Amino acid sequence: MSADRISSRLADDATALWAELAGAVAAGQRFAGLFGTARPEGLVLSAHLAGAGDITVAEGIVPSAAAGYPALTPQLGAAFWYEREIADMFGVIPEGHPRPEPLLLPQPAAAPRPMPGEPGGPAAIEPDPRALSLHVVGPGLFTIPHGPVRSGVVESIEYLVETPGEDIPHLNMRVFYKHRGLDKRFEGMTPADGILLAERVEGTAAVAHALAYCHALEHIGGAAVPWTAALVRALHAELERLACHLDVAVRLADGAGLAVATARFGWHKERVLRLVSRACGSRFGRGVVVPGGVSRLPLIGPGELLSEIGRLEKAVTADVAALMGTASFLDRLRRTGPLSPERARKHGALGPVGKASGYSDDAREHRPYDAYPSLGLRQPAPRLAGDALDRLRVRWDEVSQSFHLLRQVADELAEAGDGPLQADCTAADGRAVGWAEAPQGEVLYDLRLEHARITRCHPRSASFHNLVLMHELFAGDILTDFPFIEASLGLSVAGVAR
Amino acid sequence: MLTTRWPARPDPYAAAGRGPATVLDPHPAGAGERLDRLCPTGAISQADGASNAGVRLDQGKCVQCGRCVAARPDVFGWAQGPAVAARSREALVVPEVPETPERLAAIRDRLRARTAALRRSVHLRHVDAGSDGTEEWEILALLNPVYDVHRLGIFLTASPRHADILLVTGAGARGMAEPLRRTYDAMPEPKIVIAVGTDAVSGGLASPSYAVAGGISGIVPVDIWLPGSPPTPFSILHAVLLAIGRLPATSGEGAWR
Repeated sequence: MSADRISSRLADDATALWAELAGAVAAGQRFAGLFGTARPEGLVLSAHLAGAGDITVAEGIVPSAAAGYPALTPQLGAAFWYEREIADMFGVIPEGHPRPEPLLLPQPAAAPRPMPGEPGGPAAIEPDPRALSLHVVGPGLFTIPHGPVRSGVVESIEYLVETPGEDIPHLNMRVFYKHRGLDKRFEGMTPADGILLAERVEGTAAVAHALAYCHALEHIGGAAVPWTAALVRALHAELERLACHLDVAVRLADGAGLAVATARFGWHKERVLRLVSRACGSRFGRGVVVPGGVSRLPLIGPGELLSEIGRLEKAVTADVAALMGTASFLDRLRRTGPLSPERARKHGALGPVGKASGYSDDAREHRPYDAYPSLGLRQPAPRLAGDALDRLRVRWDEVSQSFHLLRQVADELAEAGDGPLQADCTAADGRAVGWAEAPQGEVLYDLRLEHARITRCHPRSASFHNLVLMHELFAGDILTDFPFIEASLGLSVAGVAR
Repeated sequence: MLTTRWPARPDPYAAAGRGPATVLDPHPAGAGERLDRLCPTGAISQADGASNAGVRLDQGKCVQCGRCVAARPDVFGWAQGPAVAARSREALVVPEVPETPERLAAIRDRLRARTAALRRSVHLRHVDAGSDGTEEWEILALLNPVYDVHRLGIFLTASPRHADILLVTGAGARGMAEPLRRTYDAMPEPKIVIAVGTDAVSGGLASPSYAVAGGISGIVPVDIWLPGSPPTPFSILHAVLLAIGRLPATSGEGAWR
């Protein structure tokens, strides 16, 4: 996405920007995120819009002196969490927001804020839980706080489940516990250091984050990734997708008490991670994607890659058939945690969560990058039930698609021969948005460089965009369905809390 | 057979596992160039002037980016194998300083005495204090049939009251300081804390940040320091066995860790 696609009319206030967004969404564009940047002229609000072939940015400015601005959420519900994060980071109040509650950084009103975009900032900000409100909902209703330390080896997040007994009429989430302040951490870094941090924003999608970051950098620097490098990028991106989807299967099988399935899918996931580490030295594909291309060819040849991919596919396919024929397992997932197609479309639900509810805006298909324009993507038919079962079925469809892509990549690598692995990418000044389709869905990086240093880097993970939907998935479900709903979303809290 | 026999038998994947960077040659010829500038977390230090200390690398800050290894393969290389963890923070700085092994031996003996009751079977409780999500995957891998730590008497528990060892991941996110401390306080003695991953050891790349404490050692006392970004399942297993004194006494380099 090029800098000239950024709407140069800096709206005088937020209202004009919201009108522009409303028009774009009505015309069929998808609202893909909103974030703030503290600039000398004021607080710049940047909105991402996804359309055919491109991501564009529309911006408006809130004057420095203003304590607040009219909220977007009443018009565009998908902005719900984005505006809360802006309030946390900049101390501005989104007036009219239905729930102006801290999301990432609970602080009293007058406290110093991190102010991403403004150099410097406080060295330490302690979260103040007293800034969180306690809702008294009604007699006979209990709030079960679950977290941030929970049973099992899971990421820290607190769910407040409001229940009269078994049903879950309402769920609140507190995601601030593992906030690391990464938006500020990017500032001042060199572009080369930035990619290391991007790989650690949401580590289980390290390759996708590195790709989105590098796409932004390559746009600024005008670099075209060589074909062989594009293939290696696709190799690692699809292996990452396999690992994440297998992880979801392990969690669902474990939740259902299916010891054999848990063990077998745990084994398949281990085989994928070992294949990745044999190819590049890191089980998570770190260090492969670099600005302009990749750091090296895989340490295993295309022939061996093809064999291992074939063996893995055979084993996984057989176990998927067994799992998806186990009635007691399917019963736990069928009609559990449903997301209606209407809600998925309105929210712009990303990745498998959207696809399971009939909404697909896969960046590999609609805004393709690197090798994907030349590879056969073979998108499966849409699913519409939107329950945990369909979210798993979509993942199996994607696994099958990934194996198909991996075989093509291995074949192409065998043909590709020797070629450059990295295009020259010296970017010193500029701004661009990069994207990639992570296993959780689309990841966006909005990157600004000045004098060869990062002055603003905002990562927007699919996990952040999608997790808010958890509020809406509990119609008719009970407490014991909770782990299946959480696992079926397949999101990473690290990507949410950053 | 699918399940590894490690540590009873060697395992080639364990042996080939990549650890943090290490110093191959602390006194490289013609080291006019500032080697410390290679490292994004400041793990590399280079004494200049009269002292003969040479190049040192603090593995506790190593995020395994590989830049030092790629730029100066004559000076830096990858440590290999699962024996990555150390019983003191200073022991992670390589090459080791000659006068510390006695002190480190004292730490080792104290730890062994404290964990006498945990030698045969031990329960682990994990807390995420601001990780990137990968350390959790590598801990969970220990339960898959390839590592199958149940065969070694190692179990995960949901309750801190039942736990012997606290595995802490993440850079020390300030929001998790109190929940982590309360979890630690709820554990009965004897209890051991393992800082799992470079983020937990030193804050890694997430530090410095307004939201992060630079590792977890300011929140709970750490007994075993395990660098890695993330550490491999074998190195996590090694760290647990080290904590409970189950590894055979080794001689040579690294025995004092």
